[in-house]
Amino acid sequence: MGTSGGETTGERVAVTDPAAALLRELTADHGPLMFHQSGGCCDGSSPMCYPLGEFRTGASDVHLADLDVGLPEPVPVWMSRSQFELWSHTHLTIDVVPGRGSGFSVEAPTGQRFLIRSRLMSDEEAIRPDTQTTTE
Amino acid sequence: MAIYAPPGEAGSVVQYAPRYDNWIGGEWVKPVKGRYFENPTPITGRTFTEVAQSGADDIELALDAAHGAAPAWGRTSAAERALVLNKIADRMEENLERIAVAESWENGKAVRECLAADIPLAIDHFRYFAGAVRAQEGHSSQIDGDTVAYHFQEPLGVVGQIIPWNFPILMAVWKIAPALAAGNAIVLKPAEQTPASILLLMDVIGDLLPPGVLNVVNGFGVEAGKPLASNPRVRKVAFTGETTTGRLIMQYASENLIPVTLELGGKSPNIFFEDVAAERDAFYDKTLEGFTMFALNQGEVCTCPSRALVQDSIYDGFMADALERVGRIKQGDPLDTDTMMGAQASNDQLEKILSYIDIGRQEGAKVLTGGGRAEMEGDLAGGYYVTPTIFEGQNNMRIFQEEIFGPVVSVARFDDYADAIKIANDTLYGLGSGVWSRNGNTAYRAGRDIQAGRVWVNNYHAYPAHAAFGGYKQSGIGRENHKMMLDHYQQTKNLLVSYSDQAMGFF
Repeated sequence: MGTSGGETTGERVAVTDPAAALLRELTADHGPLMFHQSGGCCDGSSPMCYPLGEFRTGASDVHLADLDVGLPEPVPVWMSRSQFELWSHTHLTIDVVPGRGSGFSVEAPTGQRFLIRSRLMSDEEAIRPDTQTTTE
Repeated sequence: MAIYAPPGEAGSVVQYAPRYDNWIGGEWVKPVKGRYFENPTPITGRTFTEVAQSGADDIELALDAAHGAAPAWGRTSAAERALVLNKIADRMEENLERIAVAESWENGKAVRECLAADIPLAIDHFRYFAGAVRAQEGHSSQIDGDTVAYHFQEPLGVVGQIIPWNFPILMAVWKIAPALAAGNAIVLKPAEQTPASILLLMDVIGDLLPPGVLNVVNGFGVEAGKPLASNPRVRKVAFTGETTTGRLIMQYASENLIPVTLELGGKSPNIFFEDVAAERDAFYDKTLEGFTMFALNQGEVCTCPSRALVQDSIYDGFMADALERVGRIKQGDPLDTDTMMGAQASNDQLEKILSYIDIGRQEGAKVLTGGGRAEMEGDLAGGYYVTPTIFEGQNNMRIFQEEIFGPVVSVARFDDYADAIKIANDTLYGLGSGVWSRNGNTAYRAGRDIQAGRVWVNNYHAYPAHAAFGGYKQSGIGRENHKMMLDHYQQTKNLLVSYSDQAMGFF
């Protein structure tokens, strides 16, 4: 992990500075956190942020990244395997915007909402072995 | 046509209260912690009321009320419950215009949809389940000459329901009507984007129900939704929303060993076979409207026909006509009955749609029309508006695979029948689908071959009660909008009765 352009860049998932700051605030209230990327209706496509372990991941999920947001423990990012097959060519950045959200994501009461921004992975990124994901 | 005055202004047909508490036990109850959150209208971005920001304590109060009411409500006759549902329908009909304008103001949708679809469908839904429960019968099985198994449908007791924001009234009623008809008491949590219109509805109909039978508690998902969904005092949870929350609700339900029904969205294909363009007639005009249905409710529909598949042989001409039709969409003040497309429901929804338009462009999809925020003037400048957008691309692009929940359709060509079905089914979801053809055999075969719970043939976005609605694949579990939903709110009591005087002979 390193920093460039005001973002902490993971290999596959990055987090913007405002999103990282919000994660630090939320960790103070909720303890260590995790993301699971949603799909489908309404607030689908939003990264859902939960207390670590609140959402049970399993063999149907892929562990995409561990975000370093300046906390002792990184924030893991997960996505369902079937959804990842459709997203794997894109690099994701977790950002935050004013909003209401729904679902059980912990940031909703703050009036802010985590949001995924995407860009195509470069050929170089796509072939780099350390972009391989692991399942836990 | 008419332009309704915004609620809160002189001459409006409806006024919101400045603040709403929770509806618990047949009365307004302040949230335990005394907190409220602001509720803005997406039409202008300005706050018009505030709503209880509830927590676990408030959910427990509502569950107390529901458990107090459930035994007596569950023992009422089907005729009594049906009468209540019919009275609710009548009361809503008398107040249709008020409820419609209130819903438009809260959600941002065009009031013409509320007036012509959302609220009339909600009214009919109560009447449908009033009839369905009257006609419901248990059954008996003759095991042998002296032994009979009787099967009775009994209510579950107290159920939890979590409602989405895209049809704040109709989606609530889809869940309320069957649960009440089946004899259950309800604790309902509306979406935090649209918490007030359902409370305005409770103001209209609340006196028709025994106290505690229907309780409405507002708040954020993590603070109020989770204590409801994970509560050991509910016997079933119904949810409409997205996949991650759906899975989380199933996880909570597994801890309590209770059933869930889930409606989790889709990426619905709308297939136009070449014969639709054989004539330039009324049917062809209908197919063009069918294509344009992606813009209904600003695309904020779980069955949005967000993938249009058009046969190669007619592609250029059909798309030229479709573009012309989409160009005639009138976007503007949602309270103007001429307006066809209003505002997206929230700022984060707007941002998400724009982020999808961005990745669509990056992936090389071609924008045929739209592709950005719609800049409005005057009071509407602060609202959340997106232009109707048509992308042309391939089915493996993310804009073809994910539910954008905005007025965005992604169009691809297909060669022949097999190609159409292959593309249509190449998705994680299976909620809705459209098939357009003048050939009954083609339409029937396609309808059966598409892996989706609802296939509209030569129509789209019709939601009559008595037509089952629900998902295949990752789109969910259960069938709403049909009498079979009664089964999801009931459990079977088997009374196994011996009419013999003879001992069994074991002891």
